[in-house]
Amino acid sequence: MPSAAVTMAGRCTRVSLRQIDALLTSLMLPVLLMLMFVYLFGGAIETGTKYVTYVVPGVILLCAGFGSATTAVNVSQDMSRGIVDRFRSMDIGGPALLAGHVAASVVRNAASTVLVFAVALAIGFRPSAGLLDWLAVAGVLLAFMLAISWLAAAIGLVARSPEAANGFTFFVMFLPYASSAFVPVDTMPSWIQGFAQHQPVTPVTEAVRGLLLGTGADVWPALAWCGGILVLSIAASSVLFRRRTV
Amino acid sequence: MAYAIRSTAIEANGLRKAYGDLSVLDGIDLEVPRGSVFALLGPNGAGKTTTVRILATLIRPDGGEARVGGHDVVAERHAVRRTISLTGQYAAVDELQTGEENLRMMGRLAGLSGSRARVRARELLARFDLIDAGRRRVATYSGGMRRRLDLAVGLVGELSVIFLDEPTTGLDPRSRQAMWDVVGDLVGAGVTVFLTTQYLEEADRLADRIAVIDQGRVVAEGTAAELKRRVAEQRLELVLTDARAFEDAARALGDRALTADRGERAIGVATDGSAADVRALLDEIDPGRRSVERFSVHSATLDDVFMALTEKETAHA
Repeated sequence: MPSAAVTMAGRCTRVSLRQIDALLTSLMLPVLLMLMFVYLFGGAIETGTKYVTYVVPGVILLCAGFGSATTAVNVSQDMSRGIVDRFRSMDIGGPALLAGHVAASVVRNAASTVLVFAVALAIGFRPSAGLLDWLAVAGVLLAFMLAISWLAAAIGLVARSPEAANGFTFFVMFLPYASSAFVPVDTMPSWIQGFAQHQPVTPVTEAVRGLLLGTGADVWPALAWCGGILVLSIAASSVLFRRRTV
Repeated sequence: MAYAIRSTAIEANGLRKAYGDLSVLDGIDLEVPRGSVFALLGPNGAGKTTTVRILATLIRPDGGEARVGGHDVVAERHAVRRTISLTGQYAAVDELQTGEENLRMMGRLAGLSGSRARVRARELLARFDLIDAGRRRVATYSGGMRRRLDLAVGLVGELSVIFLDEPTTGLDPRSRQAMWDVVGDLVGAGVTVFLTTQYLEEADRLADRIAVIDQGRVVAEGTAAELKRRVAEQRLELVLTDARAFEDAARALGDRALTADRGERAIGVATDGSAADVRALLDEIDPGRRSVERFSVHSATLDDVFMALTEKETAHA
């Protein structure tokens, strides 16, 4: 029922824009991390370019990933209160409810990503991307937000409490560190390299970085990862919703 | 007469539900005529909420079957959901939305157009005395206001069967009265109302028929008047002067004694509450006018109903 999903998306967007503390965290955290990496650690990290140029795609992903992961908390909150019973008694099922949360998550994260980009430009980030590259960046980032948000929605259904669901946000926040987001993977110990090369954040970071810096980008691995996560998460969440509510 | 068309809004046969070893419902049978108010009366843990959740398609029974609006609650749950509204025990509204936003959202989800949902929201805010609060976020509401909003949300869709799970628990007397008026209006409009309550008075005021449930079973069913005939509406409480007076009184009353507490030398006996009846009882128990120390008259409480009904059950078993 698409109109129910649209109403639900409006509800979730409105509510999440009013969660001021969560909103500020998901904005301040990436910005502070960016400043920290650029001004404190950046001088010591050798990436072949200015460090701010290297690190911005990673920070953007951290921002999008962390913000999307908060969907787990929001879904879990709905599941643990009476409101899900009311929705179900109105024949508003899991798909509409979860799609509403995911849509709100994408709207929220698109906005915070734009803000992080603005800060990055202010501290000296100079991308060389053309219009098409920017569109491609937007596409890859949207795919990433969509994938992480649906995954988070599925996690929110598994978690027994919003506090437990919150654990997922930390997991997602950690992923960029073990990827090419902040430091080149070939500087890591070899046993971590295997993981770092084969987790979704690395191909997505590489795609975004390549597009922004005009160094040539292979977007397909990134899109394949996002598509795979998306399909699995949607399937899992529909099963989980039914199991959780019977 | 409406009774010319006999139709049943809700019927349940042998509903069973257990969680692990804990049996919650142990064969519930119910029949609720369309356009009536039905009250499920029982203490905490009796199985009231589980019954409502099964009838409202939220959980499946382990055994037995139920139909709401003619549709099976398991096989045809989507059809059932198009005819029912459920207001549970815990406020199902968003704290971070205003009262009006909550109502409009639910109106849209119930299939109303945007403008219709707005009109409906205003109507319901007015009806539940929330006009001023309508533009404030629910987080700022008192418990009673939240509950009223929750009930209003349950009425947004204009459905034909309405489930109210303990609708007045936690409400102040004025809000409770307002809720009772709303239920009256609903019935006037031909809606069937199925409510649960812990309060005898509430069941008495609202319900055409009452089922008393205890430990997952219906222990009595009938109109309020029928049930009251099975238990004393008023109770005369006597405190006797000494142990011997207590024994004498207990013997004189026999099984008419509703309660008897040897330690306190207290006995309860049914009365209609009139002065004549109380005087006659006192004369009967205490012809010498020496053995009754004090007396008082109490209205029957839910406890009394339960004591009486569950004791009868055990006696028959």
